[in-house]
Amino acid sequence: MDTLVAQLQRQFRDYTISLYHQGFLDDQFTELKKLQDECSPDFVAEVVSLFFEDCEKLIGNMARALDQTGNVDFSLVGSSVHQLKGSSSSVGAKRVKGLCVTFKECCDSQSFEGCVRCLQQVDIEYKSLKAKLQDLFNLEQQIVQAGGRIPQVDI
Amino acid sequence: YSSMARDGGVSCLRSSETMRVGIGGMESPPLDLDEVHVLAVDDSLVDRIVIERLLRITSCKVTAVDSGWRALEFLGLDNEKASAELDRLKVDLIITDYCMPGMTGYELLKKIKESSSFRQVPVVIMSSENVLTRIDRCLEEGAEDFLLKPVKLADVKRLRSYLTRDVKLSNANKRKLPEDSVPVNTSLPPPPSPFTISPVSSDSSPPLTISPESSDSSPPLSPLEISSSPLSSPIDDEDDDVLTSSPESSSAPEESPARRQKMRSPLD
Repeated sequence: MDTLVAQLQRQFRDYTISLYHQGFLDDQFTELKKLQDECSPDFVAEVVSLFFEDCEKLIGNMARALDQTGNVDFSLVGSSVHQLKGSSSSVGAKRVKGLCVTFKECCDSQSFEGCVRCLQQVDIEYKSLKAKLQDLFNLEQQIVQAGGRIPQVDI
Repeated sequence: YSSMARDGGVSCLRSSETMRVGIGGMESPPLDLDEVHVLAVDDSLVDRIVIERLLRITSCKVTAVDSGWRALEFLGLDNEKASAELDRLKVDLIITDYCMPGMTGYELLKKIKESSSFRQVPVVIMSSENVLTRIDRCLEEGAEDFLLKPVKLADVKRLRSYLTRDVKLSNANKRKLPEDSVPVNTSLPPPPSPFTISPVSSDSSPPLTISPESSDSSPPLSPLEISSSPLSSPIDDEDDDVLTSSPESSSAPEESPARRQKMRSPLD
């Protein structure tokens, strides 16, 4: 019979693996985990939280730029996309980063519809990742509260 | 620390110890050889936090700023007069992003190399784009190394290992001591798998693949060109710096492609 801790640990392991398998996270997220220790136990959560704030800000900038009907500054949108691509890359947000690649192409070719579509997708994607990582961090908390250790998951 | 870093200005971790008074110039070795002070420059808050952590975890003291201007300000290079004051900062390494609004990392590099006080300080450039002309330009201007973002722990450990050697030894020979030959990570790096070496994510791929969204029109290098240096070991990239730098001076611009392309340890 599984203890609560063992069940939670298994859930955590499975969920983590699925996030990598489904392409939400890449090895840079693994790199971030290496930087977490007893002295900085919440490092990953802090960094991704800053990343999501960054997403919100940059998406807002892009939306405003695209809203200038007839006078869209695509280079401005492009520079925000570049920044978003950079920070998503730094935290291992693989799908967001992938969308930024497409988004950048739409900016370069000054495709308004393409940009609007990409903007919508990026918005959905970062929010989806945010919810999933929140679930993951909640699992971690539950494990710790139940007296267990957070397992190291080798992808 | 994250609230300190957010303000976009200078974030000094361990503020009581980040500044040192250097007396007599930059050539004299610091008193505590392990306390390497790094100035990190990046306009992205997320990247600043990550690079700070990477450096701190490898026992560096870090000052992180969000622009080239703030970096110059921190170094006391923002005014015209030559700095002959004694209150010179001890900075052992400057690591800067390339793409920044206002002043690029390249422009910052030039200003540092033009200054008498700090031209000896190794400068490392970071970029999310694997553009050879960019890399060449930076190396020619005197950059010590070029890191492809996202920066990993292995990259910073590599920097750290040759930096300490430079500081400890007064000559330019960057021979690596045996005990530092392979960094031991506490967690095992993931084995090569479809999930860690992704064909889709370009910037995080190993050195043999070139970013498809590279803005430069130069043709991608084949893997042969990258690892063509006879001095580079195909097995252990960690020894690249030793093998390629020993016959050359420390600031030789004609770095082998293998060295400048070596962004990852093969353990990734």
